[in-house]
Amino acid sequence: MGQTLAEKILERHTDTAVDGPGQIVRCRISLALANDITAPLAIKSLRAMGVTRVFDPQRVVLVCDHFTPNKDIDSAEQVKTVREFARQMGIVHYYEGGDVGVEHALLPELGLVGPGDVVVGADSHTCTYGGLGAFATGLGSTDVAAAMALGETWFKVPATIRVDITGMVPPYVGAKDFILEVIGRIGVAGALYQALEFAGPVVEAMSVEGRMTMANMAIEAGAKAGLFAADSATLAYTEAHGRQGDSPIAPDADAQYARRLSIDATGMSPRVACPHLPENVRPVEEVAGIPVDQVVIGSCTNGRIEDLRAAAHVLRGQRVAKGVRLIILPASPKAYRQALDEGLLATFLDAGAVVGPPTCGPCLGGHMGILAAGERCIATTNRNFRGRMGSLDSEVYLASPAVAAASAVAGTIIHPAQVAA
Amino acid sequence: MVVTGTVHLVGDHIDTDAIIPARFLVTTDPQELGKHCMEGLTPGWVQRVQRGDILVAGENFGCGSSREHAPLAILGAGIPVVLAKSFARIFYRNGFNMGLPLLELGEAVDTIADGHRLTVDVTQGVVENHSTGAQIHVQPVPAFMLEMLQAGGLVGYVRQRLGGGA
Ligand code: SF4
Repeated sequence: MGQTLAEKILERHTDTAVDGPGQIVRCRISLALANDITAPLAIKSLRAMGVTRVFDPQRVVLVCDHFTPNKDIDSAEQVKTVREFARQMGIVHYYEGGDVGVEHALLPELGLVGPGDVVVGADSHTCTYGGLGAFATGLGSTDVAAAMALGETWFKVPATIRVDITGMVPPYVGAKDFILEVIGRIGVAGALYQALEFAGPVVEAMSVEGRMTMANMAIEAGAKAGLFAADSATLAYTEAHGRQGDSPIAPDADAQYARRLSIDATGMSPRVACPHLPENVRPVEEVAGIPVDQVVIGSCTNGRIEDLRAAAHVLRGQRVAKGVRLIILPASPKAYRQALDEGLLATFLDAGAVVGPPTCGPCLGGHMGILAAGERCIATTNRNFRGRMGSLDSEVYLASPAVAAASAVAGTIIHPAQVAA
Repeated sequence: MVVTGTVHLVGDHIDTDAIIPARFLVTTDPQELGKHCMEGLTPGWVQRVQRGDILVAGENFGCGSSREHAPLAILGAGIPVVLAKSFARIFYRNGFNMGLPLLELGEAVDTIADGHRLTVDVTQGVVENHSTGAQIHVQPVPAFMLEMLQAGGLVGYVRQRLGGGA
């Protein structure tokens, strides 16, 4: 019987044969990750375990990205704890300051994740690396602590929902719109305990960055992982980011799926998720005209160079509407530098945007763009739960960089085609 | 591991806020948390529970946040095992990690009623219902997870493995 991507990858990391969903397997991990919020808890568990060294100082990654640059004394203390732990354990991949980016944008750019890897992270958006063909998932802090100590963890093999995307992709429609469409259709618990596997001609033609945008939001449908086959585009990407020896991986043609979904891109318009759940998805036309106070472009979902290019394409020669704050946060130092070299930052500044450093910042209501009661934001982030970006009485709409940028110019939610020259 | 106790039945989609509301998260002591177990569902719920009683739930038990306090509260209430149609993913992990065994019974949960007397053999994956005479067989808990339970959870398990020169 054929295997899904999830089954195939897990089997490579365990000593038993994987015969199907429900089976519990013990897997060697490729990488364990934690951030400035979750690492302190994991460190506490590691101490309780009596751990004096991590399984491999090269394969534990600590990224202090959530409140960077440290926004207050508490966050500075948390980072200090993580920094001292990293020094003590000789952890090579510790990031803060000018080296830091939003973890899930940073790791692929540093070449730390490749196809076929198993990655666990104390952060729910660890699933992003599925865009590279890695089985990657979020866990609790104690689970990640154990993985850091032992170099292994257990998984229940998930059933898989297969999503095929076909058709002709219209302008201003892309990865973010497809994943919002999936979440809108199956709901925030639609893939609970399961893996999502994306395929079809549109996915094959999609950039690796786009695939990571889609995999990133698998968790918003309750999924354990969001997976893409690793093809020549993936290998070109990982090689360009300093990796060698990666090989392709694909599901078997006769793999067993719990459910199949297909999306026809032909004639599709950009999607927007309305407050207060990522499943409240509408075509942009249906929400056009809703005024916004703030626009955020960034995060582990849409803060990569391609996203910045898409935003700049819309903003070139335009001005942000009066009274609207446009906040652009490149998600990694590399994306920031590249945006500078390509002149994108000048475009942003000329349009009247605030360009900030790589940080999670407003995505989780941390800092650098918090909403007051009654304010409304359209953001390229991944969650629009009540109060996620500030006041319990504020609202967040989720969309692609093109839709967000266009809405900043119009001052209301709008289809990018109506703004771009 | 075999336990015998009286069933306390709860419904589908019981979330971690129902199991232990956020206002009680100021401690990680199971005894303290146990006093408020299921308080988000029914205030005073824990008062009807005897040490050794068994919690039986519907679908998606433990959905919501990844708080490790939820399985701790159940253990603190004196409940040694939870049976459900299905568990939410992170709760399922956290249960075993905190030393609380969980068995997925699927539709067989519908044959169990509040107040039934059960004997649960976690190692063999057998549930005996003394009130109906029925026997339910499920996939047994894998050996390494039993080891983890015997060590009192993940922290103890890792301590042991490292102490054993692993
Ligand atoms: S950008 Fe937002 S979703 Fe991504 S890791 Fe940071 S806080 Fe989490």
